[in-house]
Amino acid sequence: MEKGIITVVGSDQVGIIAKVCTYLADTNVNILDISQTIISGYFTMMMIVDTSRSTKEFNVLTTEMAQLGEDIGVSIKLQHEDIFNKMHRL
Amino acid sequence: MINIYEVNETNQMIENQNLDVRTITIGISLLDCIDSSLTKTCDNIYSKIMRIARDLVSTGESIEKKYGIPIVNKRISVTPIAIIGGACCHSTKDYVEIAKTLDICAKKLGVNFIGGYSAIVSKGMTKADRLLIESIPEAMSVTDFVCSSVNVGSTKTGINMDAIKLLGDIIKKTAEYTKDQESIGCAKLVVFCNAPDDNPFMAGAFHGVSESDAIINVGVSGPGVMHEAIKHARGKDFGELCEIIKKTAFKITRVGQLVAMEASEALHIPFGIIDLSLAPTPAVGDSIADCLESMGLERTGAPGTTAALAILNDQVKKGGVMASSYVGGLSGAFIPVSEDQGMIRAVNDGALTLEKLEAMTCVCSVGLDMIAIPGHTKSTTIAGIIADEMAIGMINAKTTAVRVIPVVGKGIGETVEFGGLLGYAPIMPVNQYSCDEFIERGGRIPAPIHSFKN
Repeated sequence: MEKGIITVVGSDQVGIIAKVCTYLADTNVNILDISQTIISGYFTMMMIVDTSRSTKEFNVLTTEMAQLGEDIGVSIKLQHEDIFNKMHRL
Repeated sequence: MINIYEVNETNQMIENQNLDVRTITIGISLLDCIDSSLTKTCDNIYSKIMRIARDLVSTGESIEKKYGIPIVNKRISVTPIAIIGGACCHSTKDYVEIAKTLDICAKKLGVNFIGGYSAIVSKGMTKADRLLIESIPEAMSVTDFVCSSVNVGSTKTGINMDAIKLLGDIIKKTAEYTKDQESIGCAKLVVFCNAPDDNPFMAGAFHGVSESDAIINVGVSGPGVMHEAIKHARGKDFGELCEIIKKTAFKITRVGQLVAMEASEALHIPFGIIDLSLAPTPAVGDSIADCLESMGLERTGAPGTTAALAILNDQVKKGGVMASSYVGGLSGAFIPVSEDQGMIRAVNDGALTLEKLEAMTCVCSVGLDMIAIPGHTKSTTIAGIIADEMAIGMINAKTTAVRVIPVVGKGIGETVEFGGLLGYAPIMPVNQYSCDEFIERGGRIPAPIHSFKN
């Protein structure tokens, strides 16, 4: 399993989750967990996904998700989970 | 499992507090490139660097994407060129040819800098060392990405005052050769005492002879993250302040370690060290001076500055060594003037002087760094500044360095613009009294005694 973390930050609007999930379904990325909250007034969503069976390379997913975010008007980032594990876990 | 707040904290560091990995530096040994023919030596150097560092830039970019963290520089360091050119260089022109070869490699590979146009002369100079040092002004003026360093002393050997006297002249000449570009040649030349073999930071990086054929060294950064963390410790006592710095340094370093391991695997080159240095950039909010001021100083340079820097430097190391098994290089806090908005502000406000900076170098990781001084400063005075800084390194068994720029045609009160990561700097006043006779003596300062530490 290759886990990635998707973060979506921006102003709340209709259809953000739908659009992100559609993209993930199209590229065969499996969603493992979703959580959302408001941090400093911004809608913040985090998804933990498994990219190991994706039809696209991790770096391609990263670029396309950032582009999707620009189209919707929010920030979308996909990062490999290791950066968070290394920083926050011993 | 990682939670949303932790993810948010990391991304805030990257997006708002300038967290980045400052550099991935490949150290490459050029010892097997030595030949008695200059052309053959240059060919060998070119093929070896191009072969080993071929994928450096693309690998760096790929890691940036995977983890969503910027990797600002991709660099190369090589074996000190004085050694490599010893058999084939019979004039300063010959050495300049090697510098040009290195510059071509840097340009073709798209790396930011290539370091190692260097000589190690802590005790004495060979003919080759002297030729290399004498070629520095021309080499720095005809190349764009080559960096040069000279190690003139160590705790074990003492200080080579002949080399320091020579470098006073060389720095002046380098300034003169590059006077059309604000004497920028001097920004690519560092004079060291106790230079480490595995430093990934420029301009002082070289690949020491004690190193393996090729190695990956990574320099972390993060003054902005540290500043933000220290701000939250306002009013807390020193114990709590130190805890916060340590924890933050740990987090920053772990990212560096992750990037280093990933790069090492992708490039099939062994991992060397993580350099824990907090390195500022001219960007607003990426400043060491801001960190010091957020500890409670009105301006950097105020009484208490040296103590604040000592705390920062030591706690960064304590947090960092827990995060990586192999720590090396310079590891500490850098205090360059031109590359740090807060330092520039402190100089402009009259809070920070050359003398206070010298005191600060006793407890930080390097030394007098990126300091612009009047263009008419005498070469013996520059040699005197170097000698003082080298003495601090020698006696305290630490690395110290000098990178001063006597900007041709500029005087106190004026500003010099270097651009990019090198930033801009106000010209700082230098003590006007002479040290001519002291420098003219020549010879060596003997190695210090290693007992009776007082």
